[in-house]
Amino acid sequence: MPELMQFLLSGLTVGAVYALVALGFTIIYNASDVVNFAQGEFVMLGGMITVFAYGAGAPLPLAAAVAILTTVFVGVALNKLAIEPARGAPVVSLIIITIGASILIRGVTQIVFDKQIHRFPAFTGDAPIPFFGATLLPQSLWVVGGALTVFVGLYLFFTKTLTGKAVLATANNRLAAQLVGINTGWVMTLSFGLSAAIGALAGVLVTPITLTSYDVGIGLALKGFAAAMLGGMGNPKGALVGGLLLGVIEAMTAGYLSSQYKDAAAFVVILAVLFAMPQGLFGAKSTERV
Amino acid sequence: MKLGSKHTTLLVLAVIIIVAPFFFPSSYYFRVGSLIFINGLAVTGIVILTGYAGQVSLGHAGFAGIGAYACALAPVYLGVHPGLALIIGALLSGAIAFLVGRPILRLKGYYLGVASLGFGILVAMLLTNEAQITGGPDGIRVADLGIRGLLREMGFRVKGSELWYVLTGICLLIGAWLALNLHDSPTGRALRALHGSEVAARTVGVDVARLKLQAFVISAVFASVSGSLLALQNRFITPEVAGFLHSVEMVTMAVLGGVGSVLGAIFGAAILTTLPQVLTVFAEYEYAVLGLVMMLVMIFLRDGLLPSLAKLIKGREQ
Repeated sequence: MPELMQFLLSGLTVGAVYALVALGFTIIYNASDVVNFAQGEFVMLGGMITVFAYGAGAPLPLAAAVAILTTVFVGVALNKLAIEPARGAPVVSLIIITIGASILIRGVTQIVFDKQIHRFPAFTGDAPIPFFGATLLPQSLWVVGGALTVFVGLYLFFTKTLTGKAVLATANNRLAAQLVGINTGWVMTLSFGLSAAIGALAGVLVTPITLTSYDVGIGLALKGFAAAMLGGMGNPKGALVGGLLLGVIEAMTAGYLSSQYKDAAAFVVILAVLFAMPQGLFGAKSTERV
Repeated sequence: MKLGSKHTTLLVLAVIIIVAPFFFPSSYYFRVGSLIFINGLAVTGIVILTGYAGQVSLGHAGFAGIGAYACALAPVYLGVHPGLALIIGALLSGAIAFLVGRPILRLKGYYLGVASLGFGILVAMLLTNEAQITGGPDGIRVADLGIRGLLREMGFRVKGSELWYVLTGICLLIGAWLALNLHDSPTGRALRALHGSEVAARTVGVDVARLKLQAFVISAVFASVSGSLLALQNRFITPEVAGFLHSVEMVTMAVLGGVGSVLGAIFGAAILTTLPQVLTVFAEYEYAVLGLVMMLVMIFLRDGLLPSLAKLIKGREQ
């Protein structure tokens, strides 16, 4: 069984990153009904900026903080400059705007930094930890722990704080939220900032394991998007479970079937889920009002 | 000029295709021209699917891949003429679109987008990974269509680039003519009705599921033929033709130019095909500029370039 355990562990590590990307999708989707294809670029920015800040001599925690703050700024700018002016545009236009943003961010990153593959050292060393016959990198614990902390933090934020409840209210019904005095424009800004921060954090956590370069974003965005759909679009719990599940399925496919087709497995599963349960695993059945 | 009218569109297209070569200083321009026509053909299919029927697909490059590799593989494995391979590819794409479209098209909006995206990625992955048949990521040679040799035997000497300019131009005109005919046909009206409101269309007796599937199959055939032409012209093809970026490119071209009208979408194809050629000078900035253009047009000219320009001109006249 050590083999199975090993695949499970690596699947959960990658899955935790997918879950964070999916959470980012979910927050923005709930606040604005926009699926942000640039979500993966937030992860890339988190990793790349940390690499270069660290390379410039900043201690790792400071470099990570700089990366996350810069990414939050990019996320808020994306909302203010692109999503808000395009409010009410058809789905296909919004898809193109966010894909355009993703290409733009990638292009600028490639100019500002470079096209090389980078990494920075793991937070607490590289000595593998034996675990039921398999081994576990200490950084994997950081990734999975980080994902769970973010999830719990978000849960508390959305259920216990007034601001969090305002975000939920806006997600439920924008007009009604405005009528009870919620500044929905600010909620949008907050959502994009929060989502960018979560993406960047994922990038900081996972870069020591998976390395980073200017073009890792689009693949992550697709996987995170797929995870969000698997769990049920707009549902944070679904994003977490969908992400972890997707990571494990991928790792199992790579381990037992074919590493070439591990990306295919993810999409086959998603197609199957969409056909059987178009609302995803945790999505509520909804009927559109005419 | 009314953009929607069928004969004006065809006339404008034909005149541009015929007149443009008089301003071409080198055969390189013919090549870019035929690339525009090939992309224009795929984009015309997107007009039918997205512009008429209102369905989003992020996986149509998958069909272009099927068309392209049909032309590469059928002559080798089945021994058929490359021209026949184009037709086999188109039929295969149509059949696959029919099978895949049935379950996929029940989904809406983003869900439809990601399902079609999944399909496209699967095709690209198959072409990349089955290297012993497809040649893998390095690509594969494609047989010669043989028209140039035929013309030479008859005593005509034409440059390859010029021949392909004419061939693809004719294909684009036929494609545009078919799409424009569809627009005003009962099927086209029904498609536009379901675009406006699926429920309303169903209430007046439109078979929504069947029509969506029709639009999907037709647009898949357009994409397939465009992929075949690309393969036959370049005499070489790589799995990138089926990749996610190519799918995005197709949709972007259509929406950028104006997905509601054939002429607008082809205009979009022309812009996005020439932009990278112009930008090779600033190779570093190519991606940044492309992304910026996509965003700016979608934010400020929501209906697409050509319809927005037309509106502007009309507004000034009044």
